Amino acid sequence: MTAAVEITGASKTFTTRSGPVHALTDVDLTVGRGEFVSLIGPSGCGKSTLLRLIGDLLQPTTGTVLVNGKSARQARLDQDYGFAFQQAGLLDWRTVRSNVELPLQLHGVGRSARRARAEELLALVGLEDFGGHRPPQLSGGMQQRVAIARALAESPTLLLMDEPFGALDEMTRERMQGELVRIAGETGAAVVFVTHSIPEAVFLSHRVVVMSPRPGRITDVVEVPLGARTEDTREDPGFFAAVTAVREALRGRPAGDVGQRLKDVRSAL
Amino acid sequence: MTAGVTRRGLGFLGRAALVVAGLVALGLAWEGYKAWAPADGVSVGGVRLLPRTNDAAMPHLSAVWDVLQEEQVATTGAISFGPRPTVLHGLVEACGHTLGWAAMGLLIGLVVGALLAVLMDALSLAERALLPYVVLSQTVPLIALTPMLSRWGNGWGLLGWHWTKVTSVEVIAAYLAFFPVAVGLLRGLKSPSVVHRDYFTVTAAGWWRTLVLLRLPAAVRHLVPALRLAAAAAVVGTIVAEISIGQPGGIGMRILDYSQVTGNSAKLYAAVAGAAVLGLLAAAAVTVVDLALWRYHRAGASS
Amino acid sequence: MTWGRSWVRAVLPPVVFGLLFVAAWEVFVRAADIRAYVLAAPSAILRETGDRFHNIAVATGHSGLNALVGLAVGTVLGVLLAALCGRLALLGQTFAPLVAALAAVPIVCLAPILNNMYSLTSTIPRREVVAISAFVPIFINTLRGLQHLAPVHAELMASYAASGTDVLRTIRIPGALPHFFTGLRIAASLAVIASVVSEYFGGLKDGLGSRITDNVKATDYPAAWASVLGAVVLGLAFFLAALAVERLVLGRQAAGLT
Repeated sequence: MTAAVEITGASKTFTTRSGPVHALTDVDLTVGRGEFVSLIGPSGCGKSTLLRLIGDLLQPTTGTVLVNGKSARQARLDQDYGFAFQQAGLLDWRTVRSNVELPLQLHGVGRSARRARAEELLALVGLEDFGGHRPPQLSGGMQQRVAIARALAESPTLLLMDEPFGALDEMTRERMQGELVRIAGETGAAVVFVTHSIPEAVFLSHRVVVMSPRPGRITDVVEVPLGARTEDTREDPGFFAAVTAVREALRGRPAGDVGQRLKDVRSAL
Repeated sequence: MTAGVTRRGLGFLGRAALVVAGLVALGLAWEGYKAWAPADGVSVGGVRLLPRTNDAAMPHLSAVWDVLQEEQVATTGAISFGPRPTVLHGLVEACGHTLGWAAMGLLIGLVVGALLAVLMDALSLAERALLPYVVLSQTVPLIALTPMLSRWGNGWGLLGWHWTKVTSVEVIAAYLAFFPVAVGLLRGLKSPSVVHRDYFTVTAAGWWRTLVLLRLPAAVRHLVPALRLAAAAAVVGTIVAEISIGQPGGIGMRILDYSQVTGNSAKLYAAVAGAAVLGLLAAAAVTVVDLALWRYHRAGASS
Repeated sequence: MTWGRSWVRAVLPPVVFGLLFVAAWEVFVRAADIRAYVLAAPSAILRETGDRFHNIAVATGHSGLNALVGLAVGTVLGVLLAALCGRLALLGQTFAPLVAALAAVPIVCLAPILNNMYSLTSTIPRREVVAISAFVPIFINTLRGLQHLAPVHAELMASYAASGTDVLRTIRIPGALPHFFTGLRIAASLAVIASVVSEYFGGLKDGLGSRITDNVKATDYPAAWASVLGAVVLGLAFFLAALAVERLVLGRQAAGLT
């Protein structure tokens, strides 16, 4: 079975007035089916660029990007993935329901099938009572849930998310993280998730990919061996161990093995 | 402080009453000046700085009202039975003609302007080549060209259709109307944010669907003000074109005719008031369109 | 290097398009043997402009002076009334809707009325038409600028316990300036248009508008086109002057072309 995402030797160089900028150099990354991978790093490390390469919003200068074994472009045309941005990006003149229906409408799904799917998705994100509202009437968190429902509309095997909870307050954010983990589990979709937040990355992911700038590159990959996530996970010693490991990796120290670190913590207790 | 409270305290009726009061005040100022100032105006060093106030220059407002009820002098000499048409009838009829021509011009202008905007939006080279001219054309008095078209009427035709003076008038109106539409719509088509454009890219929506489902709805916010300008420009263009081309029947020619009749300026005032009403009607029509498109007002503003 | 290239990218297409357009016009008129009363050839218009340069320049001067005086009067009146309406809310609510309505009305139609009120040989009616035309955008934009007060700025000034005059001086007037200049740019273009078009309604025959109508009546179409060229140059000059003043006051970044 092919991987959800397979990137080999990918680089991206932008030419600007002040010379070339190496946004991304020599990136190799594989994301398995149903795997949740976060990209984390400081501004300018190329994590959004990497996500955009996978989504075919940008094309690599060198190297290859395969999604479900196809080129990124083909995967985009086949709609193998759903995309959620930092802003919800909803169309204010459409109702919440018809915003969720939009990708189905774009790809020629009939009216009644569209409607039924939209109701299903709104129930999934807990907004079944808001289908007739317009986006400006909703809070930021609710708008973002609509955007996630929209990204899930065509049952993609891959979700690409660019700091979707970046603009939300901490409480809403944690609730949304819980829902995203549940949704990813229920749909079995692989997720590539860009974030600035270490706890967010750790809570959500099977693996955290740590990146650093100038030139943008992957410096470390931290495995997070925590089983099924619940709200209690946030207070688990293993959670803190993984957070520490990612923080160390971001500071440029080798992250080591989280499992080993966890054993150390447990024995110290 | 008190001003703020007043502003919040006034409902629609209160504001309407204020506007009516403003109109009454202007009317009183008119009559007051007429009563106070000398009949021949005020001149300093041979230059008349303040206008004449005799009835030929500044009629009583009541005289303008009365003249509407007067019988219109028959221009054709045909004997008509029943009630003779009044000046008011004549003005309404003339305004109707002008409004029809302006509407046709606006429609043509809308189509041409929209096509141009979509072309400039789709082809960057077209935008770079054309936009400077579109912008500059708003700053130069192209309406000065109208007399040039006066002779197009007795020329050519196509398949039973002939270029008449009315065609020239409509073309002028369209010509003035299409510029704001092209500029406003172009700005609107470009208004969707990066996140919206990216979304339509990742969903492989294609050019046409992106235009219909994203760019055009998002453009409404910019198109409506442009439409307001275009409607006003179409009315002005029609009136000026009537005069400089010599197309009879509309309000423009009526104004010119009445301005050459000495001694009865009340009719001229009534005709000019008719032109003003025409402009307001055009603006009101745009407002109706605006209200019908309410759901697009906040297009892309928040989310 | 890259700067030079982007400059070429911006300037070359319109220049090439303009030249091609004029060339196509010339070729079309010659090849199809178009009569001058339908469309005059650019070469004929240029020749005419050269031959009658003095006359056109004099007429442009008259129309330009009317536009300038009217623009000045309309600007001063617009700013004064907007300041008054910004200060006295009741006055603003009375007159702002009336001026907004005036924006939809064909103001040039006042030309024959004003000719009646002064005299047919006076330049004042024309200047008043220009003044009223220019007044509308100046008033509307300036008032909008004066009334716009960002909540964060209002709270900041409240925290300083600033007086109404302080708010006016430090926030409202600087905030209104860009709006005023937007109005001025529109008004400058309208002034030239109103000045030329008001001549179509009769009165003194000394400006570009009456030259154009006279030339058309005399079936001297290239001459009429040459006068239109004068009007175009006049309109451009007014617009660029307004833009220059705006840049001078606001700095380079603030002023945009559209």
